[in-house]
Amino acid sequence: MSVEEIIQKLKDKFPHSEIIIDNELPVEPFVVINALELPQICKFLRDDESLLFDTLMNLSGVDDNNATKVKDEEGNEKLEGRTLSVYYHLHSMKLDHKLALKVSVPIEKPEVESVESIWKCADWHEREAFDMYGIIFLNHPNLIRILMPYDWEEGSYPLRKDFETPEFYNGMKIPY
Amino acid sequence: MGFLDTEFSDSNIVITKSEDLLNWARLSSLWQLSFGLACCAIEMMATSASHYDFDRFGVIPRPSPRQADVILISGTVTLKMATRIKRLYEQMPDPKYIISMGSCANCGGPYWEHGYHVLKGIDRVIPVDVYVPGCPPRPEALLEGLLKLQEKIRNERLRKTA
Repeated sequence: MSVEEIIQKLKDKFPHSEIIIDNELPVEPFVVINALELPQICKFLRDDESLLFDTLMNLSGVDDNNATKVKDEEGNEKLEGRTLSVYYHLHSMKLDHKLALKVSVPIEKPEVESVESIWKCADWHEREAFDMYGIIFLNHPNLIRILMPYDWEEGSYPLRKDFETPEFYNGMKIPY
Repeated sequence: MGFLDTEFSDSNIVITKSEDLLNWARLSSLWQLSFGLACCAIEMMATSASHYDFDRFGVIPRPSPRQADVILISGTVTLKMATRIKRLYEQMPDPKYIISMGSCANCGGPYWEHGYHVLKGIDRVIPVDVYVPGCPPRPEALLEGLLKLQEKIRNERLRKTA
Protein backbone atom coordinates (compact mmCIF):
# COMPACT_ATOMS: atom_id res chain seq x y z
CA MET A 1 0.00 0.00 0.00
CA SER A 2 1.35 3.45 -0.80
CA VAL A 3 1.68 6.17 1.82
CA GLU A 4 -1.22 8.10 0.27
CA GLU A 5 -3.52 5.11 0.52
CA ILE A 6 -2.50 4.51 4.12
CA ILE A 7 -3.18 8.13 5.00
CA GLN A 8 -6.60 7.99 3.33
CA LYS A 9 -7.34 4.94 5.44
CA LEU A 10 -6.28 6.77 8.58
CA LYS A 11 -8.41 9.79 7.69
CA ASP A 12 -11.43 7.56 7.11
CA LYS A 13 -10.93 5.86 10.45
CA PHE A 14 -10.20 9.04 12.45
CA PRO A 15 -12.28 11.74 10.72
CA HIS A 16 -11.91 14.28 13.53
CA SER A 17 -8.16 13.96 13.95
CA GLU A 18 -5.49 16.16 12.53
CA ILE A 19 -3.54 13.96 10.12
CA ILE A 20 -1.14 15.83 7.87
CA ILE A 21 1.17 14.44 5.25
CA ASP A 22 4.54 16.12 5.00
CA ASN A 23 6.37 15.45 1.73
CA GLU A 24 8.33 18.67 1.42
CA LEU A 25 11.58 17.19 2.65
CA PRO A 26 13.71 15.18 0.22
CA VAL A 27 13.05 12.05 2.26
CA GLU A 28 10.13 9.64 2.34
CA PRO A 29 6.84 11.41 3.12
CA PHE A 30 5.79 11.18 6.73
CA VAL A 31 2.57 11.61 8.61
CA VAL A 32 2.25 14.25 11.32
CA ILE A 33 -0.27 13.33 13.99
CA ASN A 34 -1.41 14.64 17.35
CA ALA A 35 0.59 13.39 20.36
CA LEU A 36 -2.56 12.57 22.34
CA GLU A 37 -4.03 10.36 19.61
CA LEU A 38 -0.85 8.40 19.09
CA PRO A 39 -1.86 5.19 20.94
CA GLN A 40 -5.19 4.79 19.11
CA ILE A 41 -3.63 5.45 15.71
CA CYS A 42 -0.71 3.12 16.38
CA LYS A 43 -3.00 0.36 17.58
CA PHE A 44 -5.09 0.75 14.44
CA LEU A 45 -1.99 0.68 12.24
CA ARG A 46 -0.82 -2.52 13.89
CA ASP A 47 -4.12 -4.39 13.98
CA ASP A 48 -5.99 -3.38 10.82
CA GLU A 49 -6.13 -6.26 8.34
CA SER A 50 -4.97 -4.16 5.42
CA LEU A 51 -2.15 -2.38 7.28
CA LEU A 52 -0.59 -4.84 9.76
CA PHE A 53 2.38 -2.72 10.86
CA ASP A 54 3.88 -5.38 13.07
CA THR A 55 7.37 -3.87 13.37
CA LEU A 56 8.61 -0.63 14.84
CA MET A 57 11.89 -0.33 12.96
CA ASN A 58 13.08 2.79 14.72
CA LEU A 59 11.96 5.45 17.15
CA SER A 60 14.01 8.59 17.43
CA GLY A 61 13.82 11.94 19.16
CA VAL A 62 14.64 15.25 17.52
CA ASP A 63 15.20 18.73 18.90
CA ASP A 64 13.58 20.89 16.22
CA ASN A 65 15.27 24.02 17.61
CA ASN A 66 12.55 26.09 15.96
CA ALA A 67 11.94 28.79 18.56
CA THR A 68 10.85 32.18 17.23
CA LYS A 69 11.30 35.59 18.82
CA VAL A 70 8.11 36.98 20.33
CA LYS A 71 7.60 40.35 22.03
CA ASP A 72 5.54 40.41 25.22
CA GLU A 73 3.53 43.42 26.56
CA GLU A 74 6.61 45.16 27.98
CA GLY A 75 8.48 44.83 24.72
CA ASN A 76 10.92 42.22 25.93
CA GLU A 77 11.93 39.63 23.40
CA LYS A 78 11.20 36.04 24.29
CA LEU A 79 11.86 32.77 22.53
CA GLU A 80 8.76 30.69 22.07
CA GLY A 81 7.34 27.79 20.14
CA ARG A 82 10.29 25.42 20.33
CA THR A 83 9.27 21.80 19.90
CA LEU A 84 10.70 18.35 20.39
CA SER A 85 9.63 15.64 17.97
CA VAL A 86 9.47 11.88 17.95
CA TYR A 87 9.68 9.93 14.69
CA TYR A 88 8.33 6.41 14.33
CA HIS A 89 9.41 4.22 11.41
CA LEU A 90 7.00 1.37 10.91
CA HIS A 91 7.21 -1.65 8.67
CA SER A 92 4.83 -4.47 7.90
CA MET A 93 6.52 -7.83 7.57
CA LYS A 94 3.40 -9.44 6.12
CA LEU A 95 2.47 -6.78 3.57
CA ASP A 96 5.89 -5.22 3.07
CA HIS A 97 5.03 -1.56 3.25
CA LYS A 98 6.43 1.25 5.33
CA LEU A 99 5.24 4.37 7.09
CA ALA A 100 6.90 7.17 9.03
CA LEU A 101 5.01 8.99 11.77
CA LYS A 102 5.88 12.20 13.53
CA VAL A 103 4.55 13.83 16.67
CA SER A 104 5.70 17.21 17.99
CA VAL A 105 5.37 18.47 21.54
CA PRO A 106 6.28 21.82 23.14
CA ILE A 107 9.62 21.75 24.95
CA GLU A 108 8.04 23.15 28.12
CA LYS A 109 5.84 20.06 28.42
CA PRO A 110 7.36 17.32 26.24
CA GLU A 111 4.87 14.54 26.96
CA VAL A 112 4.10 11.79 24.45
CA GLU A 113 2.10 8.61 25.02
CA SER A 114 4.27 5.52 25.11
CA VAL A 115 3.83 2.88 22.40
CA GLU A 116 5.61 0.26 24.50
CA SER A 117 2.36 -1.64 24.98
CA ILE A 118 1.90 -1.79 21.19
CA TRP A 119 5.45 -2.60 20.07
CA LYS A 120 7.61 -4.03 22.85
CA CYS A 121 10.84 -2.85 21.22
CA ALA A 122 9.78 0.76 21.88
CA ASP A 123 10.83 0.26 25.50
CA TRP A 124 14.55 1.00 25.07
CA HIS A 125 14.04 3.38 22.14
CA GLU A 126 11.81 5.55 24.28
CA ARG A 127 14.26 5.41 27.15
CA GLU A 128 16.97 6.63 24.79
CA ALA A 129 14.81 9.50 23.53
CA PHE A 130 14.11 10.37 27.17
CA ASP A 131 17.80 10.13 28.05
CA MET A 132 18.99 12.33 25.17
CA TYR A 133 16.11 14.84 24.79
CA GLY A 134 14.05 14.64 27.98
CA ILE A 135 10.89 13.56 26.18
CA ILE A 136 8.50 12.10 28.75
CA PHE A 137 6.74 8.96 27.55
CA LEU A 138 3.52 8.61 29.52
CA ASN A 139 2.64 5.09 30.74
CA HIS A 140 6.13 3.78 30.01
CA PRO A 141 6.87 0.95 32.50
CA ASN A 142 10.44 1.98 33.33
CA LEU A 143 11.35 5.42 32.07
CA ILE A 144 14.93 5.83 33.36
CA ARG A 145 18.17 6.82 31.66
CA ILE A 146 19.64 4.14 29.42
CA LEU A 147 22.98 5.46 28.14
CA MET A 148 23.98 8.23 30.50
CA PRO A 149 24.77 7.31 34.12
CA TYR A 150 21.77 7.04 36.43
CA ASP A 151 23.15 9.82 38.61
CA TRP A 152 23.63 12.21 35.67
CA GLU A 153 22.32 15.66 36.48
CA GLU A 154 18.55 15.75 36.35
CA GLY A 155 17.17 17.88 33.54
CA SER A 156 20.45 17.72 31.60
CA TYR A 157 19.84 16.17 28.18
CA PRO A 158 22.94 15.93 25.98
CA LEU A 159 21.40 16.05 22.50
CA ARG A 160 19.32 19.16 23.10
CA LYS A 161 20.67 22.04 21.07
CA ASP A 162 21.16 24.25 24.14
CA PHE A 163 23.04 21.57 26.09
CA GLU A 164 26.31 22.63 27.64
CA THR A 165 28.81 20.08 28.85
CA PRO A 166 29.10 20.25 32.63
CA GLU A 167 32.48 21.01 34.15
CA PHE A 168 32.58 17.94 36.38
CA TYR A 169 30.90 14.57 36.79
CA ASN A 170 31.51 12.82 40.14
CA GLY A 171 34.73 14.77 40.62
CA MET A 172 36.01 13.91 37.13
CA LYS A 173 36.75 16.89 34.90
CA ILE A 174 34.90 16.53 31.59
CA PRO A 175 36.24 19.26 29.22
CA TYR A 176 39.55 18.53 27.51
CA MET B 1 69.22 -9.88 30.68
CA GLY B 2 67.47 -12.70 32.49
CA PHE B 3 68.72 -16.08 33.60
CA LEU B 4 67.66 -18.31 30.77
CA ASP B 5 70.08 -16.93 28.22
CA THR B 6 73.04 -17.58 30.52
CA GLU B 7 74.72 -20.96 30.53
CA PHE B 8 75.89 -22.38 33.80
CA SER B 9 78.81 -24.76 33.69
CA ASP B 10 78.15 -26.50 36.99
CA SER B 11 76.09 -26.37 40.20
CA ASN B 12 72.50 -25.27 40.44
CA ILE B 13 73.01 -22.27 42.68
CA VAL B 14 72.54 -18.85 41.18
CA ILE B 15 73.49 -15.77 43.12
CA THR B 16 71.68 -12.58 42.40
CA LYS B 17 70.28 -9.52 44.11
CA SER B 18 66.84 -9.98 45.65
CA GLU B 19 65.72 -6.85 43.87
CA ASP B 20 66.69 -8.28 40.50
CA LEU B 21 65.06 -11.59 41.28
CA LEU B 22 61.76 -9.98 42.28
CA ASN B 23 61.78 -7.66 39.31
CA TRP B 24 62.57 -10.52 36.97
CA ALA B 25 59.74 -12.59 38.38
CA ARG B 26 57.29 -9.71 38.17
CA LEU B 27 58.07 -8.65 34.64
CA SER B 28 58.06 -12.20 33.32
CA SER B 29 54.52 -13.06 34.33
CA LEU B 30 52.40 -9.94 33.99
CA TRP B 31 48.88 -11.26 34.19
CA GLN B 32 46.50 -8.89 32.53
CA LEU B 33 42.97 -8.21 33.67
CA SER B 34 40.64 -9.79 31.11
CA PHE B 35 38.94 -6.55 30.20
CA GLY B 36 38.38 -4.61 27.00
CA LEU B 37 36.47 -1.47 26.08
CA ALA B 38 36.22 -0.68 22.37
CA CYS B 39 37.97 -1.24 19.04
CA CYS B 40 41.37 -1.26 20.80
CA ALA B 41 40.15 -4.38 22.60
CA ILE B 42 39.96 -6.14 19.23
CA GLU B 43 43.64 -5.36 18.65
CA MET B 44 44.38 -6.46 22.21
CA MET B 45 42.65 -9.78 21.58
CA ALA B 46 44.58 -10.16 18.33
CA THR B 47 47.75 -9.59 20.34
CA SER B 48 46.69 -12.31 22.75
CA ALA B 49 45.94 -14.76 19.96
CA SER B 50 48.44 -17.12 18.41
CA HIS B 51 49.73 -14.85 15.67
CA TYR B 52 51.25 -12.28 18.04
CA ASP B 53 51.17 -14.51 21.14
CA PHE B 54 51.16 -12.24 24.19
CA ASP B 55 51.79 -15.37 26.24
CA ARG B 56 55.42 -15.51 25.18
CA PHE B 57 55.97 -12.49 27.45
CA GLY B 58 54.04 -14.16 30.26
CA VAL B 59 50.88 -12.15 29.66
CA ILE B 60 47.72 -14.16 30.13
CA PRO B 61 44.25 -12.78 30.78
CA ARG B 62 42.82 -13.28 34.28
CA PRO B 63 39.09 -12.81 34.77
CA SER B 64 39.45 -11.54 38.33
CA PRO B 65 41.11 -8.27 39.35
CA ARG B 66 42.37 -10.06 42.49
CA GLN B 67 44.72 -12.15 40.33
CA ALA B 68 45.74 -9.48 37.85
CA ASP B 69 49.00 -7.50 37.73
CA VAL B 70 48.35 -5.21 34.80
CA ILE B 71 45.23 -3.57 33.43
CA LEU B 72 45.15 -2.59 29.76
CA ILE B 73 42.81 0.33 29.17
CA SER B 74 41.92 -0.66 25.63
CA GLY B 75 39.43 1.84 24.30
CA THR B 76 37.18 4.83 24.91
CA VAL B 77 36.58 5.45 28.59
CA THR B 78 33.11 6.83 29.12
CA LEU B 79 32.35 8.66 32.35
CA LYS B 80 30.02 5.83 33.27
CA MET B 81 32.80 3.28 32.76
CA ALA B 82 35.48 5.39 34.47
CA THR B 83 33.94 4.80 37.90
CA ARG B 84 33.95 1.05 37.21
CA ILE B 85 37.55 1.08 36.01
CA LYS B 86 38.60 2.90 39.15
CA ARG B 87 36.86 0.23 41.22
CA LEU B 88 38.56 -2.57 39.25
CA TYR B 89 41.94 -0.90 39.67
CA GLU B 90 41.41 -0.56 43.39
CA GLN B 91 40.51 -4.26 43.61
CA MET B 92 43.84 -5.32 42.08
CA PRO B 93 46.58 -6.26 44.56
CA ASP B 94 49.88 -4.38 44.54
CA PRO B 95 52.17 -4.26 42.63
CA LYS B 96 49.90 -3.23 39.78
CA TYR B 97 50.53 -1.55 36.47
CA ILE B 98 48.48 0.26 33.85
CA ILE B 99 48.98 0.41 30.12
CA SER B 100 46.84 3.04 28.41
CA MET B 101 46.20 1.80 24.90
CA GLY B 102 45.17 4.06 22.03
CA SER B 103 44.25 7.71 21.64
CA CYS B 104 40.91 7.49 23.46
CA ALA B 105 42.42 6.14 26.67
CA ASN B 106 45.40 8.50 26.35
CA CYS B 107 43.57 11.79 25.85
CA GLY B 108 40.00 11.28 24.66
CA GLY B 109 40.93 10.70 21.01
CA PRO B 110 38.29 11.83 18.50
CA TYR B 111 35.92 12.66 21.37
CA TRP B 112 38.20 15.29 22.86
CA GLU B 113 36.00 18.25 21.90
CA HIS B 114 32.38 17.14 21.68
CA GLY B 115 32.47 14.01 23.81
CA TYR B 116 30.22 15.06 26.68
CA HIS B 117 30.29 11.45 27.89
CA VAL B 118 34.00 10.64 27.48
CA LEU B 119 36.77 10.92 30.03
CA LYS B 120 39.61 12.80 28.32
CA GLY B 121 42.39 10.45 29.34
CA ILE B 122 42.35 7.60 31.82
CA ASP B 123 45.19 9.30 33.73
CA ARG B 124 42.58 11.65 35.18
CA VAL B 125 41.35 8.70 37.25
CA ILE B 126 44.21 6.21 37.70
CA PRO B 127 48.02 6.52 37.30
CA VAL B 128 49.31 5.28 33.94
CA ASP B 129 52.69 3.56 33.46
CA VAL B 130 52.88 3.32 29.68
CA TYR B 131 50.97 5.16 26.98
CA VAL B 132 50.64 3.40 23.63
CA PRO B 133 49.68 5.83 20.84
CA GLY B 134 47.58 4.79 17.85
CA CYS B 135 43.98 4.57 16.76
CA PRO B 136 43.94 1.70 17.37
CA PRO B 137 47.61 0.74 17.88
CA ARG B 138 48.76 -2.28 15.92
CA PRO B 139 49.63 -5.37 17.97
CA GLU B 140 53.32 -4.62 17.42
CA ALA B 141 52.82 -1.25 19.13
CA LEU B 142 51.09 -2.88 22.07
CA LEU B 143 53.95 -5.39 22.35
CA GLU B 144 56.38 -2.48 22.34
CA GLY B 145 54.35 -0.89 25.13
CA LEU B 146 54.58 -4.08 27.15
CA LEU B 147 58.35 -4.25 26.62
CA LYS B 148 58.57 -0.66 27.84
CA LEU B 149 56.62 -1.64 30.94
CA GLN B 150 58.95 -4.60 31.50
CA GLU B 151 61.89 -2.24 31.22
CA LYS B 152 60.29 0.00 33.83
CA ILE B 153 59.74 -2.93 36.20
CA ARG B 154 63.30 -4.17 35.67
CA ASN B 155 64.63 -0.88 37.05
CA GLU B 156 62.40 -0.78 40.10
CA ARG B 157 64.02 -0.49 43.51
CA LEU B 158 62.79 -1.98 46.78
CA ARG B 159 64.36 0.73 48.88
CA LYS B 160 63.38 4.32 48.66
CA THR B 161 65.98 6.23 46.72
CA ALA B 162 66.97 9.57 48.12
